Amino acid sequence: MRNTHSQVTHEDARRYEERFAVRARKIKASAMRDLMALAERPDVISLAGGFPDMELFPADVFQTVMDAVRAEHLTTALQYGPTEGLRELRERIVQIMAHERATATVDQIMITSGGQQGINLSVRSFVDPGEVVIAEGPTYPGAVPPFTTYEADVVHIPMDDDGMIVDELEPALERLRDEGRRVKLIYTIPNFHNPAGVTMSLERRERLIDIAHRHEIMVVEDNPYGQIRFDGEPLPSLYELDEGRGWVVYVSTFSKILAPGLRVGWVAAAPPVLRQMNLGKQSEDLCSGTLNQRFILEYLERYDWRQHVARLNEVYRTRRDALLTALEEEFPASAHWTRPRGGLFVWATLPDYIDTQDLLARAIDRNVAFVPGGAAFLDGQGKSSMRMNYSQLPPTVLTEGVRRIGEVIAETTELFEGLGGVR
Amino acid sequence: MKVAVLKGGRSFEREISLLSGANVEASLRRLGHEVLPLDVDREMVRILRDESPDVAFIAMHGQGGEDGTVQELLEIIGVRYTGSGVNASSRAWDKVVAKAAFTSVGIPTPDSYAFSQAAFRELGAADALGEIETRLGLPLVVKPARGGSALGIRLAHEPADIPAALVAALAYDDRLMMERFVSGRELSVVILGNEDPEALPIVEAIPLGKEFYDFESRYTPGATELRTPADLPASVADEVVHVALDCYRALRCHGFARVDLILDRDDRPWVLELNTIPGLTDTSIAPRAAAAAGMEFDEMIERVLGYADLGG
Repeated sequence: MRNTHSQVTHEDARRYEERFAVRARKIKASAMRDLMALAERPDVISLAGGFPDMELFPADVFQTVMDAVRAEHLTTALQYGPTEGLRELRERIVQIMAHERATATVDQIMITSGGQQGINLSVRSFVDPGEVVIAEGPTYPGAVPPFTTYEADVVHIPMDDDGMIVDELEPALERLRDEGRRVKLIYTIPNFHNPAGVTMSLERRERLIDIAHRHEIMVVEDNPYGQIRFDGEPLPSLYELDEGRGWVVYVSTFSKILAPGLRVGWVAAAPPVLRQMNLGKQSEDLCSGTLNQRFILEYLERYDWRQHVARLNEVYRTRRDALLTALEEEFPASAHWTRPRGGLFVWATLPDYIDTQDLLARAIDRNVAFVPGGAAFLDGQGKSSMRMNYSQLPPTVLTEGVRRIGEVIAETTELFEGLGGVR
Repeated sequence: MKVAVLKGGRSFEREISLLSGANVEASLRRLGHEVLPLDVDREMVRILRDESPDVAFIAMHGQGGEDGTVQELLEIIGVRYTGSGVNASSRAWDKVVAKAAFTSVGIPTPDSYAFSQAAFRELGAADALGEIETRLGLPLVVKPARGGSALGIRLAHEPADIPAALVAALAYDDRLMMERFVSGRELSVVILGNEDPEALPIVEAIPLGKEFYDFESRYTPGATELRTPADLPASVADEVVHVALDCYRALRCHGFARVDLILDRDDRPWVLELNTIPGLTDTSIAPRAAAAAGMEFDEMIERVLGYADLGG
């Protein structure tokens, strides 16, 4: 008789453990995961999330779009689709990218299952084990699993309020070359960085592209938040600044402008790169959900996505303001934090005697949570930093959450000084 | 038998406990028992009263489950339970109390000092840090007095590291312990039984790519590999087992437990702590030790269940 799942014995489990690929076994849980699990309790005010607020998606719009899909496209929407995605949707994406100052043609676009698959396919297509990926420090915690899976050696370049400090990039590339290490990718989120909350300046974008051209290194430009903008105008994308020379892979998604549950994103890249990624995608999932692509197409036919995004931005702006005001009032003068002009996150840095993982333990006692900064680094940095999300909670709750975090910081500081610690 | 499996709860080790609990439930079902899984919360006592199980299998780790609290409640409502009783649980849970019990019967454990947060706040304990450094030497280990995971444990290499290490430990408990650092091999002994306890084969955690187990690899996931039985000369293994059994008896443990030790460069064992509810996940030490003794997981669970009692 075959074992049902509940009959899998402990010995079976160990047998699997020994058979898992070495590569797979390297992806391990951490102590931080145990703490983050407690942050999910319903009584905790969690600034640890990173989700858009789906309460803001109108129910009647959903109904209309679903009805249209059923009435006009039921059979094709339930069928396999092309690996590169529905052509009409790719045409629409060309238009959406134009609003981000990124010019692409439809043959440069491939639909992916979320932006996440775009990151995964980029690393998968370009990086051999032990080769170097340059990433901002901090970097997107969700990019860490692809980096780890393909055994990339990640080197962080620090950031300031203008994004990646590109001045430090070239010396790092030269040092790595002298050490005989091959740099394959530069991974960056130029707009409203997750987790840093900052945007790369135009001057740095130009220099980054210049360096990529001279050193002949591929750049992955991850742009999930570009439309979540509270003021100002978009800067030219790296994809645009590359001027069609093919050194940039552009990754974006419908997750923040429509809904992450659709799992529809895209990459834009030179056709030879796209062909390689297409092979990778065939191996991963053959094609992204046709029903979801069709849903987006029908939505875009009937509604003005920019109006929807404008509504989102109004709500998120109020929440960001509430968070920033609370930080001014509740955080100590020794702390500093970013003031994002878009996106979903604020990154705060505390004095270095405070380890934010330990601070999280105190915070959870007061029913409030955030993401400790260590999650955004692969080299042990970020221990005194934290990421706070403002997109999911109303202003009064955000304010209360920050008040509680401020309290545990004050306690920790008092304790440290009482113990003879020197600030 | 109708067995309630108590797991989860609100401790920092909730996730591990859910994994241990799931393994125990599956095992009990295979053994033919009726299983009542309980992710414990404020409904626990009411549910246990309503359901009146024959035994509660406690698969909780950390505060609440491993410190005597749930054991005391079970005694009040008259439900037999697995593992150690209230007294042994609460003494083992507090590393300072456990150490005192070990030292009083001559069990070797690294020298240490313990302080409450109040001692620092109200009695100026910080002014005694210099003496502590001198006596314990550097580096020294700072850890929360209570807590089963690696959270809040720091190695202070120099005097300037100490205040931040103390702050880290005090994030998890209002009392901490500063302990002499012993470098060496990391061993665990799993013990089963009541009056006449039996030690399973010794498990060694081997650091990958390093000659000696250092502090970082002990607490870095994925950086270690378990070896059962540990490769030790017979006389050394005998001594390690002897010391571990002494710990078990000194705290009057019941059912099962895991003793963690360091074997220094001169092959002398030093006891670090005793866990009254060892992890029972797929990668935990206790199931490895059982397997090395030729014992299936289910057999170990059945034995632990058989030792269940009302009050250790």
